Amino acid sequence: MQTDFTYCPLQTAEKSVMVEVERMSEGLIACGKKIEEKEWSGMDLKTHDGSAVLAEKGKFASAMDILARDLRRNWSTYLLALPGLVFYIIFMYGPMYGVLIAFNDYTPSGGIWNSPWVGLDNFREFFGSPFFGRVFSNTIILNFLLLVFTFPAPIILALMLNEVRAMWFKKTVQTITYLPHFISMVVICGMIVDFTSNRGIITQLLNFLTGGDHGNLLSNANMFRPIYVISEVWQKIGWDSIIYLAAMAGLDMELYEAAEIDGAGKIRQLFAVTLPGIASTVVIMLILRIGSIMSLGADKVILLYNEVIYEKADIISSYIYRQGLQRSNYSLSAAVGLVNSGINCVLVFLANFFSRKFSENSLW
Amino acid sequence: MIKRTPLQSAFIVVNTAVLAALALVTLYPLLYVVLASFSNPTLFAKHTGPLFWTQGFSLDAYKVVLEKPEILTGYGNTLFYVIVGTAVNMAFTISLAYVTSRPGLLLNKPIMLLIIFTMYFNGGLIPTYLLVQDLGLVDTRWAPILPTAISTFNLIILRTGFAGVPASLEEAAKIDGASPFRIMVKIIFPLAMPTIAVIILYYAVQHWNSWFQEMIYLRNDDLYPLQLFLRQILIENQQDDMVMATKTADQQALGEIIKYSTIIVSTVPILLVYPFLQKYFTKGVMIGAVKG
Repeated sequence: MQTDFTYCPLQTAEKSVMVEVERMSEGLIACGKKIEEKEWSGMDLKTHDGSAVLAEKGKFASAMDILARDLRRNWSTYLLALPGLVFYIIFMYGPMYGVLIAFNDYTPSGGIWNSPWVGLDNFREFFGSPFFGRVFSNTIILNFLLLVFTFPAPIILALMLNEVRAMWFKKTVQTITYLPHFISMVVICGMIVDFTSNRGIITQLLNFLTGGDHGNLLSNANMFRPIYVISEVWQKIGWDSIIYLAAMAGLDMELYEAAEIDGAGKIRQLFAVTLPGIASTVVIMLILRIGSIMSLGADKVILLYNEVIYEKADIISSYIYRQGLQRSNYSLSAAVGLVNSGINCVLVFLANFFSRKFSENSLW
Repeated sequence: MIKRTPLQSAFIVVNTAVLAALALVTLYPLLYVVLASFSNPTLFAKHTGPLFWTQGFSLDAYKVVLEKPEILTGYGNTLFYVIVGTAVNMAFTISLAYVTSRPGLLLNKPIMLLIIFTMYFNGGLIPTYLLVQDLGLVDTRWAPILPTAISTFNLIILRTGFAGVPASLEEAAKIDGASPFRIMVKIIFPLAMPTIAVIILYYAVQHWNSWFQEMIYLRNDDLYPLQLFLRQILIENQQDDMVMATKTADQQALGEIIKYSTIIVSTVPILLVYPFLQKYFTKGVMIGAVKG
């Protein structure tokens, strides 16, 4: 029981991030509204009433006063924030400025400003190339498969573990299924590459089951997605179930007792008590998951793929990596990256919007 | 004693069986690696089908692996990135999280907007790479450390943890004339220690596993972390072997076992530490989440 409880916080942490994001986007919207109002009232003031403009100026001056006072009083506190702020400005906002190279033909000697500007040519090149359709559909399909298989799996595992009464058995299964989470991605992929090679154990198993000779599985494009998705389930099923187990542990036992008195069997209890009880967690996790589709890392793909299977394995982020860093097509790659960031931004915004909409009814 | 209907008993049996099978399937690949790593190369090469025990017994591969200079260099560098990197992470993250968690600072709202915006939008791989290059960080020990000095996700968790410390304690210290830095170290840290511990772990694990940015930023393999050497040994060599079979059968057989022992040598330390961390980790998150 204890393990389940102790994991709640992970969820809370995730929640707090969402709350934060939400609060901030509210702030952004509010800011926008204020600016709008000001513009409108400003226009009125100019045309109708001069004295009000002066009053407005006075307000502005007093706002500056307040700010100056705040800075004077708290400068030593703000000083502590300085290293962190410098980090954000250099390493987070620096690349946002650098993304301008998506609109020129970047050369190392010309840098960001003095390379020849080419407008939207890089984007045209990407959208016009056969790679666009390929990497785009590969990204969507892989994400879709991951969603269909790796999202429900931990929920099912959690539901099953929840029914186990023997604590030692439950703990053992949990510990074992958490293990892959603690193995580094490189080692995991090393194992996958080895197991699926000509004489690898998985290839042998497949040959035995189908009676054919499949050779190296990772040089067969059709095998890439199953390998990726199955290994992903293996890696994540245990660790991802923690959050659902925590949600189930938080359910009121009285609900189950009441259901039992009403004559509900295990199956009825599952549908009437457990599932509705964890529904909010499931929805939040689903939203977060969809919000992170575009940021699906190139890590695993780059470790697993090879030229022979690009047609199925190459996704947007691995394409960006190959174009930019292996072939030094900086501008084209930056343009593709910008497209990716744009889609990502919309997805995060939507995810955030829906989680707020959803959570108003149930979560926080 | 609760009476069970036959259906319920059947359910329990099936449920237990499926879970046991899942645990076995999850564990077996790891077990296979362990068994293979202790096997005799020639016997293992001849063997087909699953392993239930080692094929013969040999420590030759372990001898080779432990004598490989890459493994030692890799461990040394990884240790550096984990320790120094996490220290840098914490210094940057803690101070910013502390300031933004304090109520009554006028600039906190704009600062948080600046931070949150980066969760929505980022410059992308190439502009980041070019920036790191322009800063002269490529091929230095700082490349894996500085560009990822703060993770916004961790920053927000920490900020939430700090916000849970009662303001009255801080006020009292302020009246006694303590500086913000002193307040942070003497009052906030001890109270938020569990959350801090968790974030330290998050960062440390991230450094331990990291290979992508190291691959991008580092050319000189004296600076490579363990994971990059592992990538060479486990993945790139494999692909080379596919292209050209230049090695003798014996070398190939030993090479295969070397891979398994490399996996063990590089993974066992973290798996040994993990149960101990796990306890601390769970205990920590508990208290950190009281205020969520």
